[in-house]
Amino acid sequence: MSLGMEDVRRISELAHVGISEEAAAKMLGELNAIFKMIERIQAVDTEGVEPMMHPRDGVQRLREDEVAFGDDREACMSNAPEEHEGQFLVPQVIE
Amino acid sequence: MTDLSYATVAQLSALLRNKEVSASELAAHYLARIEASRGLNCFLDVRPEATLAQARAADERIARGGAGPLTGVPVAHKDIFVTREWASTAASRMLEGYMSPFDAAVVRRLKDAGMVNLGKLNCDEFAMGSGNENSAYGRVLNPWDPNAVPGGSSGGSATCVAAGLAPVATATDTGGSIREPAAFTGVTGVKPTYGRPSRLGMIAFASSLDTAGLMTRDVRDAALVLGAMVGFEPWDSTSEDLPAEDFGRELGRSVKGLRIGVPRAWLEGLDPEAAACIEGVLGFYRSEGAEVVGVELPSAPLGVSVYYVVACAEASTNLSRFDGVRYGHRAAEYADIHDMIKRSRDEGFGPEPKRRILIGTYVLSHGYYDAYYLKAQKVRRLISREFDAAFAGVDCIVSPVATGAAYDFGAKSSPVDAYWNDLFTVPASLAGLPCMSMPCGIHSNGRPIGVQLTCAHFAEARMLGIADAWQQATDWHLRRPGEH
Repeated sequence: MSLGMEDVRRISELAHVGISEEAAAKMLGELNAIFKMIERIQAVDTEGVEPMMHPRDGVQRLREDEVAFGDDREACMSNAPEEHEGQFLVPQVIE
Repeated sequence: MTDLSYATVAQLSALLRNKEVSASELAAHYLARIEASRGLNCFLDVRPEATLAQARAADERIARGGAGPLTGVPVAHKDIFVTREWASTAASRMLEGYMSPFDAAVVRRLKDAGMVNLGKLNCDEFAMGSGNENSAYGRVLNPWDPNAVPGGSSGGSATCVAAGLAPVATATDTGGSIREPAAFTGVTGVKPTYGRPSRLGMIAFASSLDTAGLMTRDVRDAALVLGAMVGFEPWDSTSEDLPAEDFGRELGRSVKGLRIGVPRAWLEGLDPEAAACIEGVLGFYRSEGAEVVGVELPSAPLGVSVYYVVACAEASTNLSRFDGVRYGHRAAEYADIHDMIKRSRDEGFGPEPKRRILIGTYVLSHGYYDAYYLKAQKVRRLISREFDAAFAGVDCIVSPVATGAAYDFGAKSSPVDAYWNDLFTVPASLAGLPCMSMPCGIHSNGRPIGVQLTCAHFAEARMLGIADAWQQATDWHLRRPGEH
């Protein structure tokens, strides 16, 4: 398998990462080399093997949905790039 | 008089308890060393007033009689752990100046134990790298040799302990980020079992792999500090709910009768001096009465391929939170909200996080998920099963950390070259096993060499005991880099 410039543009778009044409061309070569390394797993016989999503195979614990941690609006908002009266500001989304 | 700069945590603890030194004096001593060693580019944020305030609180606690063994002992934190009083950047432009509303669980636990924070340590951006060449704030130098990488991603943690800028540093390990820099700088680096220390407040890279750990001068300090930094956290869904244990309970014990496994195939192709050092460790354990036997881990060499699928997939998901809206970098100019997000991410992330986000996005995308992500998770299972089978017959696996001593800056000419460096460290990470690196020699080029120990899940105490036997008989861990 080999990726082309179209693939790099498509996954950049999916990942919401802007990328210049120059950077995309460099990235293409690197990604192809990396996928060549990754491809080695394709030859492994994994018939009947369960995927291992988590090292301990544990069921992730759930808790009550209660505010109990990090409820500090001022501290949280202090890192916002743009803020107004305790709200995050974003460019207009709806015309 | 003990040399404060290279004293162990245990020695500093005794000095503090006997009132031979105060926490404030210790903090001032280390802050002065940190200031004088700025050329190493080890620290990303130092705030003497905040450090000295913690030291004064420790001194008051010692005066009141409520001190524990770590009260007043300095520590420095990898900039992957968020801190309320120091900026938390993950060594990325994306998080420049970010002030966390809370302390990471590991930071909070060590603070509660009375440890005094010296500041935040440089590392590879979002902990992605093996040479510390990927920090947005410049590379960390290796105090042994300015041309050698300090290892990554926890390069700041390793250099800080190796250069005597702190007796202990926290670190994180996703695929080798504690063990490799520890080996390259001649310090002791411990990665506990996945889920034992909480990930709460660790800036996430790959959630099924990320594990907090330590860099120390010796394994006894690691046992001491590890006990204070782990514990169940209800706000972390992968935190293990285990009773407290004494990680030092097997220190000083004989290894007689223990079975040490060695994956012989891993020793082929090593730098001959590194191979001789590993053989030296095996010979030592044999001479102490342990039985050294070969173990087979045939799928482990596939670990690098598996790792760069799994870790990148998880990274692409975790790093999607950086959108320039709630925190982090926002581009100055943009056409609309989508353009704002894309430009903010383009400007905020360095080349390595971008590369991994794109790999991760691809392997999770429609039509490729089964062929890459699911396939990798199946091979991960095979690697893990082979470890389980090996640990049915041995107490510990001894192996190399890397193919040789630290390489030169710029020596890895491509990402694939750099990724191959993780060959010996990623298998244990994929299986979530406790593992560590300890010094076992110095190469004729003057750079330290480390050896990796890996044990079964939750067998940290056994691993530290086996490592301690080596350190009680050798002095590699006491060697210091020349004056810089």
